[in-house]
Amino acid sequence: MMKWLKGLAASSLLIASIITTTVQAQTEKLGWPEKEELTFGFIKLTDMAPIAIAYEKGFFEDEGLYVTIEAQANWKILLDGVIDGRLDGAHMLAGQPIAAHIGYGTKAKIITPFSMDLNGNGITVSNAIWEQMKPNIPKMADGRPQHPIKADSLKPVVEKYKSEGKPFNMGMVFPVSTHNYELRYWLAAGGINPGFYAPHKGDTSGHIDADALLSVTPPPQMPATMEAGTIYGYCVGEPWNQQAVFKNIGVPVVTDYEIWKDNPEKVFGITEAFAKKYPNTTIRLTRALIRAAMWLDENNNANRPEAVKILSRSNYVGADYEVIANSMTGTFEYEKGDKRPVPDFNVFFRYNATYPYYSDAIWYLTQMRRWGQIAEDKSDEWYFETARQVYRPDIYEAAARSLITDKLASSQDFPDFASEDGFRDPQTHFIDGIVYSGLRPNDYINKFSIGLKQGETL
Amino acid sequence: MASTTPMTGKSDRSDVSLFLLFSRLLSILKPVIAPVTGVLSFLLFWSIAAQNINTSLGQFPNAGDVWEQFGSLYQEHVTEREKEDAFYLRQEKRNADRVAQDPSYVPKIRPYTGRETFPDQIGTSLITVMSGFLLAALIAIPLGVAVGLSKTLSAAVNPIIQIFKPVSPLAWLPLVTMVVSALYATPDPMIPKAFLNSMITVTLCCLWPMVINTAVGVASIDNDLNNVSKILRLPALKHVQKIVLPASIPMIFTGMRLSLGVAWMVLIAAEMLAQNPGLGKFVWDEFQNGSSQSLSRIMAAVFVIGFIGFLLDRTMLQLQKLASWDKKSLA
Repeated sequence: MMKWLKGLAASSLLIASIITTTVQAQTEKLGWPEKEELTFGFIKLTDMAPIAIAYEKGFFEDEGLYVTIEAQANWKILLDGVIDGRLDGAHMLAGQPIAAHIGYGTKAKIITPFSMDLNGNGITVSNAIWEQMKPNIPKMADGRPQHPIKADSLKPVVEKYKSEGKPFNMGMVFPVSTHNYELRYWLAAGGINPGFYAPHKGDTSGHIDADALLSVTPPPQMPATMEAGTIYGYCVGEPWNQQAVFKNIGVPVVTDYEIWKDNPEKVFGITEAFAKKYPNTTIRLTRALIRAAMWLDENNNANRPEAVKILSRSNYVGADYEVIANSMTGTFEYEKGDKRPVPDFNVFFRYNATYPYYSDAIWYLTQMRRWGQIAEDKSDEWYFETARQVYRPDIYEAAARSLITDKLASSQDFPDFASEDGFRDPQTHFIDGIVYSGLRPNDYINKFSIGLKQGETL
Repeated sequence: MASTTPMTGKSDRSDVSLFLLFSRLLSILKPVIAPVTGVLSFLLFWSIAAQNINTSLGQFPNAGDVWEQFGSLYQEHVTEREKEDAFYLRQEKRNADRVAQDPSYVPKIRPYTGRETFPDQIGTSLITVMSGFLLAALIAIPLGVAVGLSKTLSAAVNPIIQIFKPVSPLAWLPLVTMVVSALYATPDPMIPKAFLNSMITVTLCCLWPMVINTAVGVASIDNDLNNVSKILRLPALKHVQKIVLPASIPMIFTGMRLSLGVAWMVLIAAEMLAQNPGLGKFVWDEFQNGSSQSLSRIMAAVFVIGFIGFLLDRTMLQLQKLASWDKKSLA
């Protein structure tokens, strides 16, 4: 018994000393990585760029990390890979770590120390739907459609299909993806009900009361699925909207930049256990990703053509250079020939794009609640607490501070860490004009005409 | 051709010798003419079809496009090897720097982290298919011998074989994946799980032709041979070693050849679906990329897959010839 107690005391002392040394290491000088060989997963989308750039430009190696990058077939396989340890980290949909944390889908403790980009998605409809929508869209003086195109112009088309008894099917990439919420936001802002989820009743189809039926299709297969007529439109990241233009099979009608200016998009996800076990590795990989994001936005997107060249390799995104370049270099082609400047279509570093804001996480939670994925009412405190557990600006801050110490970045590149509380100022640029403040999630949900409000359950 | 020979009234003799020469030439060329015509008409048909098929990824590739892709796939391989060399150089330097700063560090050379090129993927596929096939042979041949020797065992095993034999690899794959993940849960695996998944799927699918053929071979041994063994009172193991195995070798090899064909087909499908490295994944990745070269690259892979399948079959045939005493049974 005494022996056992002694052993316990010794081991707890050991643990205590390890903890104090790691804390010291962080405050003084960043220690060597505990785990050096890592495997990261990604989905073939242009916004995986920070991972590819950190690899190709040697930023991972500068941190002493030897990273293998593997394309994954779909978001579920990717998430399962991170949970079961086949992958050490991955390019994830912002909703994935949050949903995993609250147990919608697979329950797991995934955290994010790094937000990968802003914007970068679009909604595309097939040529046939576009022809029917076009007469309802106001024109500019030169005859081109006036932007942003609202779902109001799609509403008569959906109603026509509904009255003929034909289901109006659309694709999005994952039930908790940005794309699902953006497509729903756009449709609902135009008076089209995208349907509700009722997980407590076992209904995870998201089709309850729906005017438009949304279903999951992996991003690279979107154009082919629409071409086959299974779906009439989709919301997806690049290059799969521009691909539809190049292939002449559809027309992108709106970008997410127009639905919500500078919306948070992908995050880098790792398990909480990984971050605890390998604190130095976690900070170092965050450092490498921050440097890659800075490189991508440097000198007003000057490096973008080189980035596109790297992304067009078959082991990364693999689509043609022209297709990727169309959106990555500051323009976006809507209808064939209607190319408009969208300089912030992909933002990797500007506007504190990489800082994991609690308010971004809370926005996703409000949309999960709005569409019934979170079935019952939650207090504002619950939203704050959940965001705090998943989004980890503390890790980001440690990485950013050490980059500043090493003179690899300057403090102006980052938010003022001393005063930053993790909440963006109220955001006003939504397509329906509704203002979002992360500090009052329940008030925000009550503002929508379509969607569950505080106190409502299905 | 003969009709175009100018008839200028020369001596009959030279006409006859010309005719003889021509007919000899014809007899030499005869075995070549049919295959060459076949390939040429295939190429013609292909190029006509390619011109008339417009996919959303552009025109269907013709032979020239595919040939070009072989070149660029090779070029990519060369570039990747150069990057690999640079990777090791950088790593050595980094290790040296770290040892200078931190003498307790034990430097370690980590394998290259870059992507697998097309030739690498061919290699991976070949290793996977051979491992799966050998594992299947290790199980199937003893099992087949036992089944062939015992009528009771044969009756017991037969329903299982008949049911599992027609199962597609795609049905096995999810089960294999889950079982491998459950049973093979080491933090730092020596053999990658993806490799095990495709290998075991291959094994499961190419087991059956070998079991069946071995069993049939063993069961149909000439009674005279069995009687000899009985007269000599050979012990069971000696009986198998001296009589059963030599007598059923032709059938065993026929089974192995069939199995290897199945194994190669199954592997491509398994790699495609399970995203395991190899040629199947190459095809799937290119399909997902949807670039203007994707179709020609897939077509290049199709030819490589076909050619390797052909080589595997020929190799088995040669082995079969070497190992077999009964030359008549060979097709």
